[in-house]
This record gives sequence, C-alpha cells and structure tokens, in this order.
Amino acid sequence: MKKLDRNQMAARVARDIPEGAYVNLGIGLPTLVADFLPKGREIILHSENGVLGVGPKPAPGQEDEDLINAGKEPVTLLAGGSYFHHADSFAMIRGRHLDFAVLGAFQVSAAGDLANWHTGGADAIPAVGGAMDLAVGAKKVLVMMEHLTKKGESKIVERCTYPLTGARCVDRIYTDLAVIDVKPDGLHVVETVEGLSFDELQRLSGVPLKRLASAA
Amino acid sequence: MINKVAASPEAALADIPDGATIMIGGFGNAGMPAALIDALIAQGARDLTVVNNNAGNADAGLAALIGAKRVRKILCSFPRQADSWHFDKLYRAGEIELELVPQGTLAERIRAAGAGIGAFFTPTAHGTKLAEGKETRRIAERDYVLEYPIHADYALIKADRADRWGNLAYRMTARNFAPIMAAAARCSVVQVREIVELGAIDPEVVVTPGIFVKRVVKVAAALRKAA
Repeated sequence: MKKLDRNQMAARVARDIPEGAYVNLGIGLPTLVADFLPKGREIILHSENGVLGVGPKPAPGQEDEDLINAGKEPVTLLAGGSYFHHADSFAMIRGRHLDFAVLGAFQVSAAGDLANWHTGGADAIPAVGGAMDLAVGAKKVLVMMEHLTKKGESKIVERCTYPLTGARCVDRIYTDLAVIDVKPDGLHVVETVEGLSFDELQRLSGVPLKRLASAA
Repeated sequence: MINKVAASPEAALADIPDGATIMIGGFGNAGMPAALIDALIAQGARDLTVVNNNAGNADAGLAALIGAKRVRKILCSFPRQADSWHFDKLYRAGEIELELVPQGTLAERIRAAGAGIGAFFTPTAHGTKLAEGKETRRIAERDYVLEYPIHADYALIKADRADRWGNLAYRMTARNFAPIMAAAARCSVVQVREIVELGAIDPEVVVTPGIFVKRVVKVAAALRKAA
C-alpha cells in the first residue's frame, strides 16, 4: 500500500475545499493545506487571532510582527482581507459562519467525538486555544491525522480515552490511509489509498467501518 | 479640557495595588504592550490575577512578570508553548494558579464584562472536562454551558494611534483582545506608537472609542521584526 505523506494528505484535504469557502486551518498538519488549495479557486482563510483573507508566507525580510496567524507565524493579507478583534473572530466561529475547520487529532470516536487538546497526563500542562470553539462552531469539521499511532494503534476508536475537545462534532476524517465520513449510522469509508483493501483497512482500524459502494 | 495622555508608563500605572486583576492584551508578541508590562514589573504590585491568551513567551514581557513571581493566578487559553518555561516551572511547583478557558469563551467573557452582560450560554466545551461542574442548558436542541463575565481592575493594551480623548486605531492582527479588554476594565491604559490631534483619526476608522479608555502613553516604536 502507498501511505500518504503529510503533503499528500494536505493536498487530498485541499481538493475537497470548494470555491467561496471560509476556512480555518488548525495549527500543525492542517496548516499545510493552505499550500495545496487549487489555484483559481477563491477560498478565504480565517485565523482566530483576528484575520480573514490570510495570504502566503511573506518573503524573507518582509515579515511584520503585527501580522501573524494563530500559530504565531508571520503571514500576509490578501487584497480583500480584513482584521477584527477576538470576540468578533470567535463570533464567526461559534456563530456557524465558517464553512470548514480543519483540525488535527489524537483520537476520533465512531460517534465523531474529537480529542485533540490534552493527553490528560499528570505532568502535562493543558492548553486548549480555540480548538473547542472550532469543534462546535464550524459548519463542517474535517480531521486530518495519521491513521495509526507510532505504536500502531488505531486513532479511530470506539470511545476516546483522551479528554474530549467536542462531542459528536467531526464530519469527515482524512488519514494517511483513507477518507472516512462520520454519519449517524457509523463510519463510511469514502476511499482508501492505492493498494489498501477495505478488509485490510478494517483490520487496522479500531471500530467497524462501512463500505461505500464506490470504495475499493 | 479632557486629556488622557499620561507622561510615562510609570505614571500611568502608579496606582495599581497588590491583588489587582489585570488584563494584558496581545496574542504572542502582536499587540503585547511591552513597555507597560516592563513598567508594571518595575512598579512592584504583586499577588496579581492576569488575563491574557497565553502565559508568556521566552523571558520578556508577561513571561518576566510571571518569572518575578508577581502573578498569583492566570486566566488563559493556551499556556503551554515551546518557550513558556517561566510559567511551566511555577505551575509544576504549584506556585501559580491556572484557570484554563477556551479561547472564544475567554474573548466572550471579556466582551460580556464590558457590555454589562450577567452571564451567557455557549455551546463551546459542552461535554468536556472544561465544562465540569458548570450549569448547562439545552436550548433548541443544542447543549450550552453557562459562563460568567471576567471583569478587571486594569487593562494594559497596545494600539497604533490615539488622541487625547482616548480614541484608538490599531495595526493588523495586533488588535486581537485590546478592544474588548479596554471595555472590560475599570481603568484601561493604552500604549501607542503615536498620539495625534483630535480628528486626525478618521471617525470611520476609530475601533475603540475613547469612552473605554482612561490613560494613553506614547512609546517609541521598537524596530519591527518577525514574531
């Protein structure tokens, strides 16, 4: 089988973002999606620190410390972009104005519960940022993560063992092995990577999967 | 004549008492009122409760205030960062209290304080550890958590331009928490790059009207560099 690398995962997510969408890309892996959005589609990126219309990274030497994204990296602003304060920024999120949030995850449950903010470890310092707002607020929550942990355990689980970010909030999961829709009646496999059968994906996954007619 | 311009950061913060609750603007370095934080460190008030999105980065600003053990409690959404070592050390030693608040709930609790709202229901964090022990309600098929406003004695914020009435305009994403913190605090103190004549800030671009501002201090702009 051909596992997707991080860039290929980002490109796969990017393919599904339509013209005209307002999108928030979470810190880490989801940020890569910006580099693969199809040219010619107008897609408006939101960053929760208070900007719509985030553009590409500035050229070296052109960084401005007042213009950053939620990951505190220097960015640029597209023509048509705008700035606003934090309460407005989260009104956009919580008020269901954002079409998509793309988030990383530690675990997603069969019911679409998301765990991505805290390992719950005794010595771990918790930090949540805007993850819980994005989880409940975006019209569609897309999760992007490796299918398996480094130990080979499925990150798609019956019940999350890590503390939840949001309950029943995930709409679609993109992994390095498959694209899976979360529906009221369970997890539907939309596609698998080349050379991976449905049965093999099922063997690697922690929960029962359903086969879509079009899936391999 | 109304004149909210203070002579120096030190003069603007002279009356902050021990035990005060202080909102500090900024998201990372963008909008962080560095000169005011330095003046607060020099001023000496302790046992402070601080409201900020983070818990300090590296060794300057809020991190230095925390490192000097002047903060008893912090309310923030994202304390843990690669360079939050001052906070991490005190937190692990049990020497600083943390109230972790989801970022949008933090913003709305601050906004609510400035807007005279007694409490509000938000869907954020329902069913999670951060809503444990809180009142919840199901409204129109959706679950919500009751949250209360965060009031402050002082807000220390940064803007780009001000006039002597305290009208403020900001620069880019440095705006972040400043407008809502200005309204939520009994006394808001603003560090600005430039103080201009009344009317010089186009009324259409005033973001924070002067009614929310008590004191303004001009601070020479540091060289701009990447965050």
